[in-house]
Amino acid sequence: MRFMILIKATKDSEAGVMPSEQLLTEMGKFNEELVKAGVMVAGEGLHPSTKGARIRFSGEKRTVVDGPFTETKELIAGFWIWDVKSKEEAIEWVKRCPNPMYEDSEIEIRQVFTADDFGPALTPELREQEERLRAQTAEKK
Amino acid sequence: MTAPDVHRTIHAVFRIESARLIAGLARMVRDVGLAEELAQDALVAALERWPESGVPDKPGAWLMATAKRRAIDELRRSKRLERKHEELGHEIEAQHALAAPDLDAALDDDVGDDLLRLVFTACHPVLSTEAQVALTLRLLGGLTTEEIARAFLVPEPTVAQRIVRAKRTLAEARVPFEVPRGAELAPRLSSVLQVIYLVFNEGYSATAGGDWMRPALCEDALRLGRIVAELVPKEPEVHGLVALLEIQASRSRARVGPSGEPILLLDQNRARWDHLLIRRGLAALERAEALGGARGPYALQAAIAACHARARAAAETDWARIAALYAALAQVTPSPVVELNRAVALSMAFGPAAGLAVVDALTSERSLEGYHLLPSVRGDLLAKLGRLDEARVELERAASLTRNTRERDLLLARAAACAGGSAPPSR
Repeated sequence: MRFMILIKATKDSEAGVMPSEQLLTEMGKFNEELVKAGVMVAGEGLHPSTKGARIRFSGEKRTVVDGPFTETKELIAGFWIWDVKSKEEAIEWVKRCPNPMYEDSEIEIRQVFTADDFGPALTPELREQEERLRAQTAEKK
Repeated sequence: MTAPDVHRTIHAVFRIESARLIAGLARMVRDVGLAEELAQDALVAALERWPESGVPDKPGAWLMATAKRRAIDELRRSKRLERKHEELGHEIEAQHALAAPDLDAALDDDVGDDLLRLVFTACHPVLSTEAQVALTLRLLGGLTTEEIARAFLVPEPTVAQRIVRAKRTLAEARVPFEVPRGAELAPRLSSVLQVIYLVFNEGYSATAGGDWMRPALCEDALRLGRIVAELVPKEPEVHGLVALLEIQASRSRARVGPSGEPILLLDQNRARWDHLLIRRGLAALERAEALGGARGPYALQAAIAACHARARAAAETDWARIAALYAALAQVTPSPVVELNRAVALSMAFGPAAGLAVVDALTSERSLEGYHLLPSVRGDLLAKLGRLDEARVELERAASLTRNTRERDLLLARAAACAGGSAPPSR
């Protein structure tokens, strides 16, 4: 299962306060743990909303609104994408994360849509190694 | 939290911690089977305790402390057993039964990576491949016996027994809990990679049954591959394997139509490919190539998969390069199946006649008897050359050989198209 882990913005992150060396080190360690556990798929930090924009849709009309945006708690400061077995596992990993902010902060977990019904590999090139390995397996039995 | 919530949490914690737990304990007690039992005991203790006490702040440390206490009890008990054996005059056996843990030596070991030792032990050649698979999923993947049984469509007691027997085999063969070195490393690593690829393939193209894929198993394999790649980051073939798995997994969504029917690689909607996984796959391939040396079978297959992944449309595929990569693969792992794949690539690059010449040379190959993809490919090429009667016979033969019901339907539909006088849609 794939989850998107959303790190919510805070007043500091929106003000462009950069993390200290200590926090960066702790985060680096946590990221390394995620990689070593085969959980990490992707992850990025985001600039404050000052550098962003919003596009509002109303029927056929589009209105561009430049940042910054005020409702800090609804903004995102960074994200990860993880492959885990369950929501509970994602929660357990998030609990191991150092507090990403100096203030009180929040991390949100959202499941990513994936088709769980997959198709076949009919082209021989996808099958060849498998067949070879199966033949070896048969020999070993 | 309600009781079922706590149980789910405990299982999630266990999935994260179990491999490290078992690996750490195995270094203490020098017996993977015993280590796994101790870890299980700790899990049971958590299941009893945590619903009332709440989940501790550092659940991994709690599990380790609990398991270690039990390990020490176990060691004391076996020490007593040793004395008894001595009294009975069975000194030699007792020494083996004890295999006393030399903690200092273990800590001084250069390659102090317990997890890596666990990987190599679970995939040890004294075990049959299916035992290696079950043990790897169990010890490293943190899967329950029930999950493994469901994934491989076998009864749970069969898997349980397989694991018990595997652990006994390791103990009886006195397999040391260590990372192989020198000349031993390469063949041992290749059996680790084989186990991971086997798990992936079982999920990616199921050998039997009505479903084409069991995605959870693909995810487990991918995760195992990523773990092993970080444990032996200097081995190019590990990254080759990971690259291959990431790229193959990237196509999962595009491989099946709305009613569950298979969609062949060249007919897939490439917008539905998972481009995040493709990027990861290409990066892993670069990592493999940056390490240098001769390309191994996984890196070569990943390079082939990458050719497809890089083509924005099927028509843009660099088939000449793919044919050349298959030729290189045939040098590393000569096999009629590789030749068959080369034939397909040649036909795409230089026309069906070029492919058919190679395929025809394979029809007398005994190891391909009963292999449905040979008549399937041959039928396909014959159809393209307008030899529809011969094509129909081959496609029907292919249909009679496959064990997968969905694949059979597809082949029969193509045979029927030939009978109707039109070349069937093909790859």
